[in-house]
Order: sequence, then C-alpha cells, then structure tokens
Amino acid sequence: MNTERFLKQPSAWLSDKQADSITVSSRVRLARNRKDSAFPGWAGEEECDRIWQELREVLLACGTLKKPDAVSMADLSTLDKQLLFERHLISREQMERKKGSGVVLRDDESVAAMVNEEDHLRLQCIRPGLDIGTAWEAVNKLDSEIEKTVDYAFSPKIGYLTACPSNVGTGMRASVMLHVPGLVLMNEINAVVKGMAKIGLAVRGLWGEGSEATGNMFQVSNQMTLGEGEADIVRNLEQIVLEIVEHEKNARLRLFERREDVVRDHAGRALGILSNAHILTTKECLDLLSDLRLGIDMGIVTLERPGVINDLLILTQPAHLQKLEGRKLKAEERDIARALLVRSRLKAANKKSDKKQS
Amino acid sequence: MKCEVCKNKEATIHLTQVVDGVVKKVHLCEQCAAKSGFDVHGPMSITDILLGMGGSETEQPVVPTKVPDRSCPRCHMRRVDFKKTGRLGCPACYEAFEDQLSPLLRVMHRHEQHKGKIPEREREHVQSSNELKVLKERLDKAIEDENYEEAARLRDMIQAFRSGKKQKKSAS
Ligand SMILES: [Zn+2]
Ligand SMILES: [Zn+2]
Repeated sequence: MNTERFLKQPSAWLSDKQADSITVSSRVRLARNRKDSAFPGWAGEEECDRIWQELREVLLACGTLKKPDAVSMADLSTLDKQLLFERHLISREQMERKKGSGVVLRDDESVAAMVNEEDHLRLQCIRPGLDIGTAWEAVNKLDSEIEKTVDYAFSPKIGYLTACPSNVGTGMRASVMLHVPGLVLMNEINAVVKGMAKIGLAVRGLWGEGSEATGNMFQVSNQMTLGEGEADIVRNLEQIVLEIVEHEKNARLRLFERREDVVRDHAGRALGILSNAHILTTKECLDLLSDLRLGIDMGIVTLERPGVINDLLILTQPAHLQKLEGRKLKAEERDIARALLVRSRLKAANKKSDKKQS
Repeated sequence: MKCEVCKNKEATIHLTQVVDGVVKKVHLCEQCAAKSGFDVHGPMSITDILLGMGGSETEQPVVPTKVPDRSCPRCHMRRVDFKKTGRLGCPACYEAFEDQLSPLLRVMHRHEQHKGKIPEREREHVQSSNELKVLKERLDKAIEDENYEEAARLRDMIQAFRSGKKQKKSAS
C-alpha cells in the first residue's frame, strides 16, 4: 500500500462542502465473525493468518469496495499505522497487531474493512457531516456481499456473535462527531451528556475538564446493540444529534448576545495566532482551530476556502506531519513543522479575512 | 492535570463515559491510554466497566464471581480467561457460558432478543423456527378449543415441518 497518496487526498470523513459544521462526521461500523473460528484475540497467530488470507481474498472480490487496496499490519511501519489511525481507518487496538491482521480499503477511503482486530471483521463507513443513513447503507451492502461466501456466527436469539458481549445483536455502532464550543462555553455540556445517558447513548468527550482542551469535539454513539434494529439505531441517533445541534445553535446565540466582544476576540486571535505562530503544539492547534471554526460558523471570520480547517485537523496530527516532511520528527520539531504548515495553508485559503458578514 | 494511572505524566486524554446515567471522567496520559487499549475514537467497552476492568478501580463488577469453572468445549476458554480479558474465545462460548452471559447481556443491552438484520443463509432457518412456534401455538389453542380436526391437521403440518419436507401447505 502506498500511504503517500493519503497526503494528497482529503480524508473521506472531512469535506469542505458541508453546510453545517457542528456535525463533523458520521460513522457506522459492523462487527462480524466467522462461524467456525476462534475470535482473533483467542486464536493463535497461525489461525489468524489463515483467516486474514481468506478474508482478504473475499474482500478484494467485493464490488462495493471499489478498487480495493489491502495491507497486512505486518507490512506497515509504525508511522504508517499511525497515519491510518489518524485517518480513522484502523483502530488503536489494531495498531498493536502484526501478522495475521490487516485492512482492506475502498480507493476513496470511505469504506474500510479491518480484519482480525477484536473481531474477524469490522466493517466501517465514514461520511462527512450528519449522514448516518448513507453510512449504514454502505456497510450493509458490503456485509450482504460478504455473507454470500462467509458463514457468519449468528444466533437467532442474540444476533451476530462478537468477541465482546457488548457488541452482540446488530454488531452495529453508529457515531457522530460533533463540534460544540457553544455548549462547552455556556457550561451546558454536562446537562446534555446526562440527558443522552438516560436514553442509552454513550458520549466520549475529547474536551478537557471545564475547558476547550481538545477542540470542543465529542462523539455520541449508541451503547446498546441488542434488541434494536439497525434502522431504529440510525433514526434514534439522528434525532438526538439534531436536538444537540439545536441546543448548540441556541447556546451560540446566547453566547453572542452576552459576550459578543469575547467571541469576536477569540476568533480574531485564533486566526492571528494560527497565521503567524512559529511553534504550535497539537493541543494549542486544536483549540485554535475550534475557535476559528466557531468564528467562521458565526460569520465573524471569512475564509475563501473554509474547508481548510478540516484539512488542518488531520494534517497537523503527528504521523501526517512526519509523512509530509518525509522523516521522523521529535516533538519540538513537529511543533515547528505544524506551525509552518498551518501558516502556509491558511495563507492560501485566507484571501479575504476579517470581513464582517451579517 | 496529572494522569490518573501513572500520576506522573500530563493527562492529555479525557474520556467521558456514561454508565446507567452516571457520568464518569477519566484522565490519562497518551501512553497509559494506549496501554489500557482505549480507542480514543470508539466508545470504551461497557464490558470492561461491568467486569470491573474500567479506567477506575472504584467501579464494582456486577457479574457474579462465584461460579464453578467450566470451559468452552470448542475453544477451551475457561471462565477465568473470560473474566481476565472480557472477551470470549469463540462463537460457541456464548452457549458454554450462557448462565453467566445472560445476566450480563440484560444489564448491557436491556433487551434479550435480537432485532434487525439476519444473514441470508440463516433467514430460512430463523423464519421456519418462528413459523413452527406459531403452528405450535395454534395447535395448543385447537386442543384447548377441542377442535380436534384442526388439531390433527396442525399436527401433520408440524410433523412435515420437522421432517424438513417444508411442504408449504397453502390450505385455506
Ligand atoms: Zn499515565
Ligand atoms: Zn469457545
């Protein structure tokens, strides 16, 4: 697999055409296992390798995976694994694996099949914005294609059997990544989190305690997989996400009413620092990109090409920076490379900044 | 903020997990998060929490611990192995450890019966077992109503079903 191409093509889950940047991306993944094999964590290396070889052939023959590309974890460098991880194409768990585990990707990266991660198969589709239904359709199609040749472990009572009991049933996890600085700044995020817990949704914050520490991004997903059909999971999650979006919009309005100067100041500073800094840590960069994103959403800052924020979200991650530079970089060197990248990309996308829009 | 596990490095990963309405936050450094297998982009396994293997030690496992050891006849995983990893050995483990898994599944999913997609090759099987159930119910009802003619007809149909002939009696 030539991972260089990833540097040129935008990640499948980040689009510069999305209308509403509160919902960043949607993902659906299905867990599937073969009937007559031990789960990857319990099977020996040889059995895993046999399963990987067989499933790779099955996947490469799937029409839904257009021009598929397959790679074994054994053939990837640590840096390339991290690159795939940063692009959400393999999991942290799979990064640890070597022989007998791999991934098969559709050419545009939108659909990926992890082989021998925790389960024999993890099929996933990531879409930009709020688009869970399309993501489900895509993995469903791939799954139906696979089951023609692969005998799945399935029980009429508890559905698809998975290595971890938390995934049995549909084996489906649908999630949406949200950018909610309004809820965080207005201190309303905890109430929202509690509300979602009551209806069985899991929330994972990437934000720090009481601050915007990780770019105000968080992910909401279904927790339960048994007893609810796929279409219902999609519908329920979509409904809840739309409600959160509504809350976020309200929070932003109130924020703007009460502290307009502060909001403007944050957005302006973010653009100023990102455009001029020579050293940027990952955290500072994510925080500032969040401020800038909010500024753009609220019409305080205008960029010729606002999608640059999505590009930067990925390209400023450590493995991407090192691939771009073509060598291993120490943390301090990365901070310098990151600042340089952000400066040049923003310059290219920032022809009419600081213009007021109404 | 320092990492909760090593209490040494700066915590850069802040996980929020919700279990039965309780919001729990875990603060970890990158290394400790990787070690404990957190996928920053996927939900933390609820199994880990229920089995007491979550990020914090205060969490009480809800799975009964005093069960006699037994192993899966197919993959030879033992209960202790499952308890240690929170992952099963093979599909047959679900039957072997059913007594332990059933309550666990109830707590996790609040449901006991799968709804949703069924693989094509299982569909006929699942459907026929459902049809059989319906026929049996009708048989019970016919006997209760002392409708012996109907009961005899249904008994024949059930027999035909079981012998796998699957003659789709489209009578009436
Ligand atoms: Zn630590
Ligand atoms: Zn087993």
